[in-house]
Amino acid sequence: MSIAWNAFTPASALIGGAIIGAAAALFAVLNGRIAGVSGILGGLARPQAGDISWRIAFVAGLLAAPLAFRLLAALPEIRIGASVPVLVAAGLLVGVGTRYGGGCTSGHGVCGVSRLSPRSIAATLAFMATGFATVYVARHLIQQ
Amino acid sequence: MYTAASFTAGFVFGLGLLVSGMVNPAKVLGFLDLAGAWDPSLALVMAGAVAVGAGAFAFMKKRARTLLGAPVLLPGARKIDRRLILGSLVFGVGWGLAGICPGPALVLAGTGSAKGLVFLAAMIAGNGIFEFFERRAARA
Repeated sequence: MSIAWNAFTPASALIGGAIIGAAAALFAVLNGRIAGVSGILGGLARPQAGDISWRIAFVAGLLAAPLAFRLLAALPEIRIGASVPVLVAAGLLVGVGTRYGGGCTSGHGVCGVSRLSPRSIAATLAFMATGFATVYVARHLIQQ
Repeated sequence: MYTAASFTAGFVFGLGLLVSGMVNPAKVLGFLDLAGAWDPSLALVMAGAVAVGAGAFAFMKKRARTLLGAPVLLPGARKIDRRLILGSLVFGVGWGLAGICPGPALVLAGTGSAKGLVFLAAMIAGNGIFEFFERRAARA
């Protein structure tokens, strides 16, 4: 392993992480819920009275964030290297996997680990493991 | 009130994703590439988020109502089952293929990125596949 010091951004990572944590904290303290994006979005597939508006509001907040960000500063670099077929496959796997797994990087990775939930810690280790393995196969075994 | 709080939480979450670099798939893949030139930034994103989040969740643990008076609906399940692990393993493969997870997928869609929208549409379709099999299982 070699560390990519030129790509390493410790300050923005820590500050951005703290902002993410603050959002999760706000949601827990005010709404009493886990800020888990896959679950919040997934719940809209089975709309129940009284359970819709908060979900739409959270999703709208995520969609609005880059619009507001752009008013104050240039958006950070965004590079999507994957081709469209790979994006489709990846999106399907993320959609199916997060619902069976009951959460994603936000619900399990941030909120669950913050709560020391054994389920979330196990889920986080699982998706990190296949995330690392997939990149290894794609970058070092297939693309030589 | 709850809706406004929910919007604010989603909005702040999205800003954090932008500031942290989680919205840039190239950066996420740089973190997942342990064998290449490894970018450890995302470990610090997690550390920062957990450091701030942990206090709030500890505070809520003993409470039945939130500061706005809503019932606390934090999950209590502790059982680690096959569904949790298999689902998470599948999610990790998708995450490793594109470098995008559900939160950043929505923020990317908000930037108007065409590829981001493709990913989001596929993710919602994946969600639909899950719902289809769940409903079929419920009827059986």
